[in-house]
Amino acid sequence: MQLQHVNVKLLIQDPDEALEPLIPVFHGWIENRAADDELLIDVADYSHVPAGPGVVLIGHEGNYSVDNTGNRLGVRYNRKAVLDGSNQDRLVQATRAALTACGRLEAEPRLGGKFRFNGQDIEIFINDRLVAPNNAATREAFDADFHLFSRKLFRGKEYSISYREDPRSLFTAFVKTARPFSVADLLEALA
Amino acid sequence: MKVSNSSWAERLTGKIPEGLAREIDIFETEIALRKQGKIDERLFAETRLRRGTYGQRYDNGQRHNGKTVQRLDYPSGDLTKGPNTMWDAPGMQRIKIPAGGLNAEQLETLADLAEEYSDGIAHVTTRQDFQLHYVHIEDTPSVMRRLAAANITTREACGNSVRNVTACPYSGVCPDEKFDVTPYSRALSKFLMGHPDTQNFGRKFKHSFSGCSQHACGLASMHDMGMVAVTQIENGKEKRGFEVSVGGGLGAVPYQAKLFDSFVPPEELLPLAQAISRVFARLGEKKNRSRARIKFLVQDLGIEKFKELVLEERKSLAPDPRWTDFVDGAEKFQETPLRPGGKAPLLGSETFQRWVKTNTRPQKQEGYTVVTIALPLGDITSSQLRSLADIARRFSKETIRSTVEQNIVLRWVSQSDLIELHKALEAAGLGSAGAGSIVDIAACPGTDTCKLGISSSRGLAAELRKRLGEKNFQLDDSVVKLHIKISGCFNSCGQHHVADLGFYGVSRKMSGYAVPHFQVVLGGEWEHNGASYGLPVIAIPSKRIPEVVSRLTDRYAANRKNGESFKDFIGRTGKVELKRMLEDLARPPADSSDRSFFQDWGDPREYTLADLGMGECAGEVVSSVEFDLAAAERELFEAQVALEDGQTAQAGKTAYRSMLQAAKALVKIESSNIADDPAQIVKEFRARFYDTQKFFDPFAGGKFAHYLFSAHEKSGEPYTQDSTRYLIDEAQLFIDAAHSCYNRISAPAHA
Repeated sequence: MQLQHVNVKLLIQDPDEALEPLIPVFHGWIENRAADDELLIDVADYSHVPAGPGVVLIGHEGNYSVDNTGNRLGVRYNRKAVLDGSNQDRLVQATRAALTACGRLEAEPRLGGKFRFNGQDIEIFINDRLVAPNNAATREAFDADFHLFSRKLFRGKEYSISYREDPRSLFTAFVKTARPFSVADLLEALA
Repeated sequence: MKVSNSSWAERLTGKIPEGLAREIDIFETEIALRKQGKIDERLFAETRLRRGTYGQRYDNGQRHNGKTVQRLDYPSGDLTKGPNTMWDAPGMQRIKIPAGGLNAEQLETLADLAEEYSDGIAHVTTRQDFQLHYVHIEDTPSVMRRLAAANITTREACGNSVRNVTACPYSGVCPDEKFDVTPYSRALSKFLMGHPDTQNFGRKFKHSFSGCSQHACGLASMHDMGMVAVTQIENGKEKRGFEVSVGGGLGAVPYQAKLFDSFVPPEELLPLAQAISRVFARLGEKKNRSRARIKFLVQDLGIEKFKELVLEERKSLAPDPRWTDFVDGAEKFQETPLRPGGKAPLLGSETFQRWVKTNTRPQKQEGYTVVTIALPLGDITSSQLRSLADIARRFSKETIRSTVEQNIVLRWVSQSDLIELHKALEAAGLGSAGAGSIVDIAACPGTDTCKLGISSSRGLAAELRKRLGEKNFQLDDSVVKLHIKISGCFNSCGQHHVADLGFYGVSRKMSGYAVPHFQVVLGGEWEHNGASYGLPVIAIPSKRIPEVVSRLTDRYAANRKNGESFKDFIGRTGKVELKRMLEDLARPPADSSDRSFFQDWGDPREYTLADLGMGECAGEVVSSVEFDLAAAERELFEAQVALEDGQTAQAGKTAYRSMLQAAKALVKIESSNIADDPAQIVKEFRARFYDTQKFFDPFAGGKFAHYLFSAHEKSGEPYTQDSTRYLIDEAQLFIDAAHSCYNRISAPAHA
């Protein structure tokens, strides 16, 4: 089975942070063409919706957002365009995009360091129910891929993976590490 | 875009009605042919529109970043999906929900589609549709197939076709209704969709059903064809029927529907709609889009002549069994509850009691309640849709409706379940109070996603919602009940004409910069099916609209006479005083270094009209034009006051003069010697601004110029109450367009 439309969400430290300050930052990313090789198009503000998609930077190849789905605030990359390569390649691409975006937000002076990766919680979704229905067969098919990827990402350090149970939801893996990692650490691991 | 696109057809085989599956297959083929350049872009555009697949802002491959226009280099290069509409640009998918009726499985389908193809949000529109934004054209066949498998269609959701047939969401449970209009609205929707007689319209056609005349829920007065349930006694028996009106509509210039027949029996409803469709298709305007809605045909012919033509057409129709097949079933149609009725709890938390006050209303069936789920700006997340599906299954037989106030109602809730239901809604983030109140603001997409948007209607709505929400519990009860409705432009998708406080987006120039504004529209009425339309009073910068709301509501709360409605208060106060109350807010800021004034709500970019399309540069700004345009606005205001005072002829003449004044202001940019002669002004304006298309709105084209030409041609005719009312609206739009034209042609890099 082929993993496509990989979404990666890095949970941030303060889950109650106001999202409005992100709007000018994301507009700036469009203006400065901040995402390498990706076309950024528009900003959609859903901060008025509880536990919603937050503020979304709409792109052609993928969307970037600070997403509050499930009341779990995090920096999310949603790969929309189909990617060639292996499942590992696609996991690396989406994770690197999410980490890079998160690193930019951490360094953005207008945000005052308020959007920081908590260092330990990563959610991985597959945003296509036909490719990856949320059931035991999908878990079985992709579990080895997720572990292989996690070992690389955390350089063999301790982590755990659990999966969302609700069959209606997207296929979702919750990856948690025993000790915190910085964005730079993780980007380096994927280099 | 989705890797699974090629697999859904096979996966859903047997789950989609055969005809519908075939139509979607054809649409998918048309997509492939357009990609190969084998279908003309205009033809493809109308094809996709008729399948509900719409364009969105920035789909022309350009975006203004507040300083300059930036190219958006979509990977598809020059390939288009319509004129000036790039193939890869994300678009909007509209989804028809006849009468707003939904079940739990359909909510779950919408949830999945919003998550996989859009941005995790489904949006309820002011016509009970759903919309998904940022959808790729090549994903749309999969979206349509998955909807079709849940018995939902997008067919004729846009384009020159019969749009979603709307109906009062309380039909069947409202204590004040004559009878349940739901089955009749569904029968009409099914009958007209894809009907050969509805395929050759010059513009869209909207139908609506209401169960009574006194409430707003159906808004029958503002539809192309509106049906209000009525009964009469025949041979000692109560007979159902409909009061049918035609030719209503909002749009740039709103028209109240005219009564066509005070009693149309159910068996005549479908053939009558068919006959009206045929007359509209045959005689309606086809070339000039701005005059192509049926309201113009009814106005031009007069209701009596129109009726005569329709009744003649009715006689010529070949009988169709579908006209009456549904009638017996409709009489017997009745939704049923899941649980036994109960008694409303007397206790409960303060939050619960507040919610009960605004979000529930008793049904005519004892022991049951309709619950309104208030959606902020009409938005609901995928997770919330799934939670709502669970709630609907737990507390009802999935009797769900979307509403024209961009909310969702759950019917047949046992009153004894209200506390538990509210807890479940709160857990899903859907338990907010305030439905139908001043914080429950309706807004079209505006500049967020609409190509026609001038100002940020959703941004303003979000800001007002926040501010009013903060002081909601201190607001006077009379104020809490008011309705605010906002449109991003003159096209009225936010239904601003029928609000207590209506706003629509315009632009004005201040200190050399374009500034987002809203026209303040007052005097409209939401009740009685949207029985009266408000008029613009003054254009105010967007950032000062919250202050407008404060001043007007404070004054109303303080000066309201016993039981006086807001509409009556506005009428009693008068336009002169209203304008005086607000005019200081229309002035430029003393300190123009505060750049936030030159931005719109929720958008940090310096405001511009450039995303609407680029105009020619006429070089230096001619400041006298701004004075002349302001004078035109003053004159128009005098026309409104005259109309309010019953001086119809004077109002008509003054409105016409205001248009001449605005036209002359533009002509003076090119020829300062223009005389005051109306014929000369119109001639020069036509030659210099209409024939050259300089005056053309990027999307409405020459529509507003025609208002001037028509006013000029009819200037010798007597002014009636109706014609003057329309003329004033048209004059306002003409002046707004003159401002926009001036902004475009005088635009420096930042405007």
